[in-house]
Amino acid sequence: MQKLIQWIDERLPIVDAYNNHLGKYYAPKNFNLWYFFGSLAMLVLVNQLVTGIWLTMSYNPSAEGAFASVEYIMRDVQWGWLLRYMHSTGASAFFIVVYLHMFRGLMYGSYQKPRELIWLFGMLIYLVLMAEAFMGYLLPWGQMSYWGAQVIVNLFGAIPVIGDDLSLWIRGDYLISGITLNRFFALHVIALPIVLLGLVVLHILALHEVGSNNPDGIDIKKNKDENGIPKDGIPFHPYYTVHDLIGVAVFLFVFCVVIFFFPEMGGLFIEKPNFEPANSLKTPEHIAPVWYFTPFYAMLRAVTVDLFGLPAKFWGVVVMGAAIAILFVLPWLDRSPVRSMRYKGVLSKIALTVFVISFVILGYLGIVPSSPGRTLLAQVLTTLYFLYFILMPFYTRMEKTKPVPERVTG
Amino acid sequence: MKKLIIGLFMICLPAIGLAAGGAGVPLDHMEPDHGNKASLQRGAALFTNYCMGCHSMEYARYKRVSDDIGIPAKLYEDNLIFTGAKIGELMKNSMNKDLAKGWFGNPPPDLTLESRLRGESWVYSYLRGFYKDEARPWGVNNVVFPNVGMPHVLVEMQGLCATEPKIGHGASVDPLSGNEVDASPCTEWASEGTMTPAEFDTAMYDLTNFLSYMGDPVKMERERLGIFVLLFILVFFVVAYLLNREYWKDVH
Repeated sequence: MQKLIQWIDERLPIVDAYNNHLGKYYAPKNFNLWYFFGSLAMLVLVNQLVTGIWLTMSYNPSAEGAFASVEYIMRDVQWGWLLRYMHSTGASAFFIVVYLHMFRGLMYGSYQKPRELIWLFGMLIYLVLMAEAFMGYLLPWGQMSYWGAQVIVNLFGAIPVIGDDLSLWIRGDYLISGITLNRFFALHVIALPIVLLGLVVLHILALHEVGSNNPDGIDIKKNKDENGIPKDGIPFHPYYTVHDLIGVAVFLFVFCVVIFFFPEMGGLFIEKPNFEPANSLKTPEHIAPVWYFTPFYAMLRAVTVDLFGLPAKFWGVVVMGAAIAILFVLPWLDRSPVRSMRYKGVLSKIALTVFVISFVILGYLGIVPSSPGRTLLAQVLTTLYFLYFILMPFYTRMEKTKPVPERVTG
Repeated sequence: MKKLIIGLFMICLPAIGLAAGGAGVPLDHMEPDHGNKASLQRGAALFTNYCMGCHSMEYARYKRVSDDIGIPAKLYEDNLIFTGAKIGELMKNSMNKDLAKGWFGNPPPDLTLESRLRGESWVYSYLRGFYKDEARPWGVNNVVFPNVGMPHVLVEMQGLCATEPKIGHGASVDPLSGNEVDASPCTEWASEGTMTPAEFDTAMYDLTNFLSYMGDPVKMERERLGIFVLLFILVFFVVAYLLNREYWKDVH
């Protein structure tokens, strides 16, 4: 065994790679429960890839056969129902863990110097993940798949001059059709997963270059012992691998409760209209995207005024795009001398709390049908969402921060 | 801070639950029981005899149904397959969809997933919601699905209610005895059926139960397996917890 490893290592640096990323990668020893969600996102990614491969074996990507092939998977394929529910629940689980992972970053300033690139790669992952989820959602070819895709692709039509041609180009047809289904299938199973995996590798390589942040936001590399090992660091393997196993167990428990007992999650993970095959002549009463898109959908609907001769729908799309784009520049908006919320001032704490509440309520508003009162609320919350970012350079500089300790506090 | 944030997430949970509901007409609640095979068998017989001429179940196979609800294959083939299909085939019917569109305004939909599309309570209420309405092409209307294109197929069993039946108001209960009185949602009959209102309700429960099973045939097996999976994960958690404690005991 030793000889084999040596033989390979002379040709491929596997020992170095192991040490750099696991055995001698020193992570801060004060990770708390918020640090489970990165590795859980990896777990869900693997789940999506593996179940996705097996689903592809029985799925038929055509307008005539897609809906029936999903039911074929559910009824005739051995364990097909399990694969499908693992995949559909996994999609929602992916967004849950990614949202919590991003929140952790916001809370402990993990995007701050020198981790700007990690944040940018992470945001690209989030963007690709949204595209991946959106295209995957068309594949069952149910009513909500169809009309959800119709609504979202039509958004591109709001762009002046090129809009109509652009949405036509995306669809490949004048309405969502089998042609759209086929290209979404290709993108969902090949193109986007490849991009996603590449970005995940970059995200982790960038992380391991600068080292992990921690709940205190301290740079542990400043305090090294005589061997050059950070005093507050601990080898990722075995310490955090066994630690993450606990997170995995808790996650899998919740995940399996959903899969085995509430696979539709009351219509949130699998929407009820999707049990009816796509019908281009029959619009469902109420079209709502899946829950993980609803905060942005609520922002889109919140814009109701025509400006500069351009329709409100266009400005809605602009607001929705800006809501995601503004996350990319976050590392340069935060001017605080400290990273962690533990040592930031009260203004930052209020801002983050208001931001999270706004995002969650927007998510709710995006699910339910709109009414004048709800639209007003969505407008207020959209404003608050943006204020979190726009005011960040000011409140992070103005507020009084607490002194940061030399060593991690556990 | 941490508690505050976790609390915030908790606050949002009921909002999400609410969102999943949805508006519409009041319904009578129906709790399916896929373990009640007698009920599923009666439902299958009703469906085959009264519904399947028009409504297919084209995503399901006869064999799976016969296995799951405990009707021997031979018996099923002899009595519950009218199209000459083999027992391994999909449950299609002979209805010509183009002609049916002319007859009913819309072709009768496939019902394999109806219970998951609309919910069991909807199906149960709909089946009991027909009443006489001469203005409609088939002389009947439905309180749960107004202006529905479907005739009242079960009229010989239920009879025909002359006025809108009270669906979704629950049966009234006699305050002294606690017994249900006036269990029928219909107060005035245009014609009598062969069944009493209570018998008809039971029959519709069976039919709805069968539709519920058809929508989600693996439910029983899924939930049975789920218990073992969760137990396994619990054991795994204990092992992971102890392993972690052992590794971390020297880290300060």
